[in-house]
Amino acid sequence: MSLLTRRGLLGVGAGGLLVSGCDRLSASMGANSFVAKAESATYGWQRLIGGQTLAQEFTVADLSPIFKANGSTDPKDDGYRRHVDESFANWRLVVDGLVARPLSLSLADLRRLTARTQITRHDCVEGWSAIGQWTGPQLGPILKAAGLLPTAKYVVFHCADNYGGEISKGGAQSTGLYYESVDLTDAFHPQTIIATEMNGKPLTVAHGAPCRMRIERQLGYKQAKYVMRVEAVDSFAKMELGKGGYWEDRGYEWYAGI
Amino acid sequence: MASVADTPADLPPAGIGTIMPPGRVYTRHRVITRVCHWINVLSIGFLIASGLNIFNAHPSLYWGKFGADADDSRRWFEIGAMDNAAGQPEGVTRIGDVKITTTGVLGLNRASNGQLQQQGFPDWLTFPGNRDLATARRWHFFFAWVIILNGLTYLIYSAFTRHLQNDIWPKLKQLAPANLWHDIVSHAKLQFPRGQADKHYHILQRLAYSGTLFVLLPLMIFTGLSMSPGFNAALGGFLPSLFGGRATARSIHFITMDLTIAFIVIHVAMVILAGPYNQIRSMITGRYDVGPEPREDHK
Repeated sequence: MSLLTRRGLLGVGAGGLLVSGCDRLSASMGANSFVAKAESATYGWQRLIGGQTLAQEFTVADLSPIFKANGSTDPKDDGYRRHVDESFANWRLVVDGLVARPLSLSLADLRRLTARTQITRHDCVEGWSAIGQWTGPQLGPILKAAGLLPTAKYVVFHCADNYGGEISKGGAQSTGLYYESVDLTDAFHPQTIIATEMNGKPLTVAHGAPCRMRIERQLGYKQAKYVMRVEAVDSFAKMELGKGGYWEDRGYEWYAGI
Repeated sequence: MASVADTPADLPPAGIGTIMPPGRVYTRHRVITRVCHWINVLSIGFLIASGLNIFNAHPSLYWGKFGADADDSRRWFEIGAMDNAAGQPEGVTRIGDVKITTTGVLGLNRASNGQLQQQGFPDWLTFPGNRDLATARRWHFFFAWVIILNGLTYLIYSAFTRHLQNDIWPKLKQLAPANLWHDIVSHAKLQFPRGQADKHYHILQRLAYSGTLFVLLPLMIFTGLSMSPGFNAALGGFLPSLFGGRATARSIHFITMDLTIAFIVIHVAMVILAGPYNQIRSMITGRYDVGPEPREDHK
């Protein structure tokens, strides 16, 4: 009996040590930044073997009956509400930053451009996935029209929705405005489109009206909705919390190919 | 250890053309095997614990090319919490049509501050020990790289030295039903090979190790890669299609995790039953004592 109790205590003690050791490890900045280096390995390796290969495309028979709307589904910001009320008649997509000729495109302008339609799978970082059909102009030709400068390294998507600007772990304050960024490889990828339609109909507010990004080789949080501005930059270090995206500022990988 | 104590005295003296009597203590595991084994222990521990944390972000599994909240017909496994008839919240785990109340462990469990919380796996099983998808993913993918590079090192080295072919891969004649049955019976009686017979893995060990090495872990790695949109695109969607879709691949990833845990439980139980000191020492220093030859009346 006493042996059992002592063994039991030993077991609980060892378990407790393990749990507290794990807690200290997961709280350690050094350990976390070390394991975070795996992101560069994944990014480099996938760029090496991936190049400009296309994400798998599906058929209409594969469409999800209900495509889950996630993140912001009904932005309350005044500016955005006004655009919704005006059916986006006065809405403009601004393309600027490190470009020779900044652009201001209306929804009609976007729809006049040659569109690409693709049926792809949306993989959420949480683990669920859904298949949808997306239609819109490719980002690449738009960036070419704007005359991307040689100094540009990334393309940032600034969105209309504020998803909450709580103070982060490091104490820095973000505005909470949603934004995302990709490298030029993904910006010029043939399946990277500014989608204005989903499943053959104009995008609903829940899915990012009037336009959202489709960057098909990356996870759901890269598929920025309510895009207002496309900015070419050489660094996003001084933007918000400096990690290149809303979720990146909250610890998620910037390269969301995995 | 008394490695030469049992050397029969009437053997001819050692020298050219004579065979030394085989010793009781010998180097059982090469240094590569030992190092890779312990890196594997560390990696699999972190992969399972961080994987359970990742799973908690969406504690449901589906069959097919996709699966999300509304896809009830595709969902075959879920861990959740709901109010019972008495209006009390309870943890419920569903596998197919079978619902199990798992309050306290799965679905509804206690956080470190003692508060009941609705969460798939409890904090004490996950890494980090609180719900943190971003951090869990970073540790998961770090150790995914480690286990792949470690596994490749072991496999390439062991194929080159023919360790895999000679010691791990099941031998055809061992697969004879009589031999299989003999091994199963002696295992059930907890009678393990002793003496020189213990210098080679018997068929159940070979099946367990090669099944884990060549089936389970590759399945784990490839179903894991099937969830990576970047890797999928690089292979034109080949990987998830191979398994019947990404949602199915995610399900298989979870099932192979369960099978890996089953392997670990049996493996550790066998180490304890077969003599933990000798077994664990052999995986640290390499030295292993096969013990005295079994007496005639035990044969």
